[in-house]
Amino acid sequence: MGEVTDFELAAIGATAPESVIAKDMVKKAAIVGPILILVFGLIWGLDGALSTAYGLALVVANFVLAAAMLSYAGRISPGFLMGAALFGYLIRLTLIFLAIWLVKEASWVELVPMGLTIIGTHLGLLMWEMKYVSLSLAYPALKPTAASKESSSK
Amino acid sequence: MSILAQIAADQLPAADQKSIAAAGQAGLAYGLATLGPGIGIGYLVGQSVQAMARQPEAAGMVRTTMFLGIAFTEALALIGFVVFILLKFV
Repeated sequence: MGEVTDFELAAIGATAPESVIAKDMVKKAAIVGPILILVFGLIWGLDGALSTAYGLALVVANFVLAAAMLSYAGRISPGFLMGAALFGYLIRLTLIFLAIWLVKEASWVELVPMGLTIIGTHLGLLMWEMKYVSLSLAYPALKPTAASKESSSK
Repeated sequence: MSILAQIAADQLPAADQKSIAAAGQAGLAYGLATLGPGIGIGYLVGQSVQAMARQPEAAGMVRTTMFLGIAFTEALALIGFVVFILLKFV
């Protein structure tokens, strides 16, 4: 028997799926983040690297906040979940707007790499996560087990 | 009130009037960019709640898909916001 993943637990309702996805996205952002900061840092200098890090932090914070709000609301009732999704959308957009508005005049801010990071990482992380979630939910039997890993290494 | 606003606007230099108009248009564009995703998220969550009510045993899977759907729809608003910021300040 293979080990049960967080996604399989979430699929049967044993854990809040939103927090599992957000946790996984944070891990993926930790992999992609340094590469992106390095690349944009080489193009736009130190300011570009700092702006990229700020944009990445905004995207990750947005996912984590969305997951926290939805999993909290999901424990209470579906109606509350709906309210949390809609008002959460407004609240998070306002927070992102304020977060950028407050630093836009700062000396270290480069808006182009920050904007590219926000759009690119948001969509990129989602695509990556969607592929992983789809595969783990739709084809759990294809997940490599410890035995198959052992036999393939021989 | 509108006459007073008109008089005040007439007193402003042309460059200021232009930047006020540009700010208004950028704000309107950002507002419109958030309108579509707002409708989309409302529809998406409504359908998800309906799916969970019809089939409670699939709630986990529905919520997983719903969360990803919300994030994808929200990306449209983020794109609108970033375009607004870039047009306004760069």
